[in-house]
Amino acid sequence: MFELFRFAARDKGVLPEHRSSGMLPWLIAIMLFLTALACWAGMSLAGAAASLSSDLDRRATVQLAEPNARLREGQIRALLVELDKLSIVESVRRVSDEELSAMLDPWLGDTARNADIPVPALIDLVFTQSNRNGLDQVKALVTTVAPNAQVTADAEWLAPASSLLRTLKWLALGLVALMAVATGSVVVMAVRSSLNTHGETIDIMHLMGASDRQVAQLFERQIARDALLGGTVGVIVAILVILPLSARISSLGGGLPGETPVQWWSFPMLILLPVFGVGLARLVARRTVMSNLGDKL
Amino acid sequence: MSSIVQFDNVGLRYGTGAETLSDLSFSLRRGGFYFLTGASGAGKTSLLKLIYLALRPSRGLVRLFGEDMVTIARDRLPGFRRRIGVVFQDFRLVPHLSAFDNVALPLRLAGVSERDLQRPVAEMLEWVGLSHRSSARPATLSGGEQQRVAIARAVIGRPEMLVADEPTGNVDPEMAARLLYLFDNLNKLGTTMVVATHDLHLLSRIGSATMMRLDDGKLQDPTGLLRHPPARPDSF
Repeated sequence: MFELFRFAARDKGVLPEHRSSGMLPWLIAIMLFLTALACWAGMSLAGAAASLSSDLDRRATVQLAEPNARLREGQIRALLVELDKLSIVESVRRVSDEELSAMLDPWLGDTARNADIPVPALIDLVFTQSNRNGLDQVKALVTTVAPNAQVTADAEWLAPASSLLRTLKWLALGLVALMAVATGSVVVMAVRSSLNTHGETIDIMHLMGASDRQVAQLFERQIARDALLGGTVGVIVAILVILPLSARISSLGGGLPGETPVQWWSFPMLILLPVFGVGLARLVARRTVMSNLGDKL
Repeated sequence: MSSIVQFDNVGLRYGTGAETLSDLSFSLRRGGFYFLTGASGAGKTSLLKLIYLALRPSRGLVRLFGEDMVTIARDRLPGFRRRIGVVFQDFRLVPHLSAFDNVALPLRLAGVSERDLQRPVAEMLEWVGLSHRSSARPATLSGGEQQRVAIARAVIGRPEMLVADEPTGNVDPEMAARLLYLFDNLNKLGTTMVVATHDLHLLSRIGSATMMRLDDGKLQDPTGLLRHPPARPDSF
């Protein structure tokens, strides 16, 4: 691992420190900054999509829009009792008036409470893990107790959101892959430019018995240092952007199930990005040098 | 007798032009001292490039240290190149390295530790009279000083064969004599010497040296001594 960053004494100064690829650390910083953002977005969306899917599969809502308040209350109580008896149901609870108001307030303001708007009663139920598809059984029971009630699987109305999250996740991961390709391309161009600049030095080294591997190691170490510097700067800036951004997203409080904008493991992954960047840059530099030197004697 | 270099019907052509070197056939015995002479453009530098493995011939057979160098795998070349010291006509010092680092370069490439190379490099620089310029870069050195650094770099690794292209072209007579003394001593220690030169005085100073003359890319060998060298006196 430490060999990755070590600068062997025998390589000291063979290539000059100031090179035509002097902009490379800053290009890598920009690439890694964008990669970190895409990576964070991908991980957050993946977490949110997974959480949403696992919740949705097991959840259903019973909606009772009976205008007669007494009848409605009676049916609700009966439904709560009967649903609770079902072995396929893990939990059942009535959505309280306060929760209903909280859900409606962002859309209707406090007029919903004061204007006597008829609001349906809602029952949330969660199926057991082994009975994710027990919706038909619940529907049959609900119809006998309250014919006006509707049973809706949460997955039905949140499916488009879940699908969108999954699409965005793959888009973000695609961006990460594209950024990796772009970073590799920048390294290839920098190494080729450096090979041209130092062609005479490399020829001299070859004539003194340097192997292609030794020449490649010089470039690898130089690129590794550039990538480590650029990658560290890029990821630090990205984290400085992500922290307030994720705080703002959390504060939106949209109330969607499975809403988890920041996964705890996102940050260790982001911190490791410069290491991945260094590994990628070294690998690309080595292959570029070896393939270019292969044409020489 | 063992030959360190063997050429058989070697030809060298750059691009699609006429052959620069034609029908070269000769053997250089291990431990010998050879002067390569010829007019400018005769092909001396091209021949030396074939010997120090900077070029492959267009045709013919080249054997170095008993191995075929024409068909050898590329990744085996560095091992043979480390056995050859080269003094280039245009010095070819690494411009951003100091005199010390230029001389140390072959040792560093061979994996010698920094601690172990300090003393031999300092001694070599002292021997060529450049101790006081060890931290100077090539651009700040005179032509003669650059040439001495180049010679120090070529011999620091104690090569089995030293190939020098006009090594005394830019030094004063006193330094030329010292360099020749160094070459002679290296040769007595067993290093095969191949020196291309115009300097007629140089030719007369090493009595045991064998002369090789190139004319228009062809080796003059009327007696066949270069193609079929006699056994060394000490081998009887």
